[in-house]
Amino acid sequence: MELKALTLQANTIRQDIIRMLTEAGSGHPGGSLGMADIFTVLYFDFLSINPPKPDAIDRDYLVLSNGHICPVLYATLAHRGFFPVKKLVTLRKLGSPLQGHPHREALPGLESSSGPLGSGLSQACGMAKGLLIDGRKNRVVCLTSDGEHQEGNTWEAVLFAAKYRLSNLIEIIDRNNIQIDGRTEEVMPLGSIRDKYHAFGWHTIEIDGNDINDIKKALAEADAVADKPSVIVAHVVPGKGVSFMENQYQWHGKAPSKEEAAQALLELAKAREGFS
Amino acid sequence: MKLNPDLFTDKVKKEATRIGFGLGLVAAARADKNVVALTADLAASTALGDFIKEFPERFIQVGVAEQNLAAVASGLAHVGKIPFATSFSMFNPGRNWEQIRTTIGYNNQPVKIVGTHSGLGVGEDGATHQALEDIAITRVIPGMVVLSPCDAIQAKQATIAAAKTASPTYLRLNRQRVPTIFSEDTSFEIGKAQLVRDGKDVTIIAAGPMLYPALVAAEELGKEGISAAVINMHTIKPLDSRAIVTAARKTGRIVTVEDHQIHGGLGSAVAEVVVQECPVPMNILGMPDKYGESGHVEQLFVKFGLTEKEIAQMCRVLLR
Repeated sequence: MELKALTLQANTIRQDIIRMLTEAGSGHPGGSLGMADIFTVLYFDFLSINPPKPDAIDRDYLVLSNGHICPVLYATLAHRGFFPVKKLVTLRKLGSPLQGHPHREALPGLESSSGPLGSGLSQACGMAKGLLIDGRKNRVVCLTSDGEHQEGNTWEAVLFAAKYRLSNLIEIIDRNNIQIDGRTEEVMPLGSIRDKYHAFGWHTIEIDGNDINDIKKALAEADAVADKPSVIVAHVVPGKGVSFMENQYQWHGKAPSKEEAAQALLELAKAREGFS
Repeated sequence: MKLNPDLFTDKVKKEATRIGFGLGLVAAARADKNVVALTADLAASTALGDFIKEFPERFIQVGVAEQNLAAVASGLAHVGKIPFATSFSMFNPGRNWEQIRTTIGYNNQPVKIVGTHSGLGVGEDGATHQALEDIAITRVIPGMVVLSPCDAIQAKQATIAAAKTASPTYLRLNRQRVPTIFSEDTSFEIGKAQLVRDGKDVTIIAAGPMLYPALVAAEELGKEGISAAVINMHTIKPLDSRAIVTAARKTGRIVTVEDHQIHGGLGSAVAEVVVQECPVPMNILGMPDKYGESGHVEQLFVKFGLTEKEIAQMCRVLLR
């Protein structure tokens, strides 16, 4: 897909994230808005998927480890055709398939239930290992947060992926430097995540996670690595696209009010005019 | 039921249930190419030797990382594998309970969690390694099947049966050797309790390594003119409530015995059925809200009251 089309698609997804969270009255806008560009490139340019057949045997797998940013996943899946866009506003409501954190069995296109941090990469490793055992060509992409690198389980998986040379695994880390209680480097410093992965034996790439060209290039590079797992450390602006949310950890897990939502949608609509 | 003719003699063959698991795993793997086995640095202890020899490409060593063990198994299941994830019960499902609950249970993946060293039978390693809470923490997970076979033959059967179900399953096994009660011809069905011995005065419901002392206790009681039935509750979930209700109606008294805390285990599960469907007097015999300690297996079972003597006494108390 062309850069302009992807940019517009990401903008549409961001607008829907604002609408969903406002309607729900709770949820996580910071990470969701920040990751909209990456989700757009993954689902509209990179992943081999077929929405009418979400369980196709030859599909690529996307595992969202930090389940709390599911609004961006739901909005992307809906616009990609996995389910009607009008369902998005049922987020977090009783009986909705759009659970507050993803429930695999509730919605087509979800590969895993997630929310408790630190175990998504392990699940992705299991998938990648299982595919390699059978000589299958499917790829596994796992999205993780920087904060969940404070979980020991994450590092258990990092060791595992290197040991079994899971070249069919690509991890993308949302390096947005925030978590619930504040800046990651104050809550529990992570330092250079790239250096750590390098030391663990991974192929490492570092990018601007809000630059669509950067994201495309990084995925192509990771895809070409044949003997080890790849990680893309994506520097992402949390709350991207909404001026008063950008880089503010207070917006990690708080829904906008009606007035704030109106302001956010106005900004996003304006930005859209700039792309068109 | 037909029992091993040597059962109450010195000649009785003894084998650990984990050994039966190892044999069952190889059989299951021969029958289905999707069966894979994982361990967290305990391949020999969890009896994976034969499997690794025959299916090296289907063996996955995760190192000392039980959280990863559970979640990697979940991922393997998602791409069509039937993973048996093995370690000691204390760490699997102990250490990795949340990963089991979310990535296996809630995800509804057919992973088989295998805890080879449960209960007091771990012996000399002491309380840190004696999982006496594992039934409680697994049976509370929605949809989880919990199996506690009584001997090596049944452990083999349970392993083969577990590989064929789509359910997340916890297989509770033991380190220590226990008398072989059944034969290869004995039928086994998940969820179907076995009335091992009929009786009319009291029913003893046991699981795992406690079935043998329960049978010995019933023999002893018989000499006193007390007719004790014995049920092998090898499946703790889904629980065979019909067998419990039938036993309660027939004998009017139930004693449960387990190598597990008295809270949340087999006794609790049976009591949940009894109080709601056919209230009768019950005694729950198990670890009385304590931690174990180091010692020989036999010494430990005596010290903490998990013997045929105590089981028989519990029955007598109910019959007074």
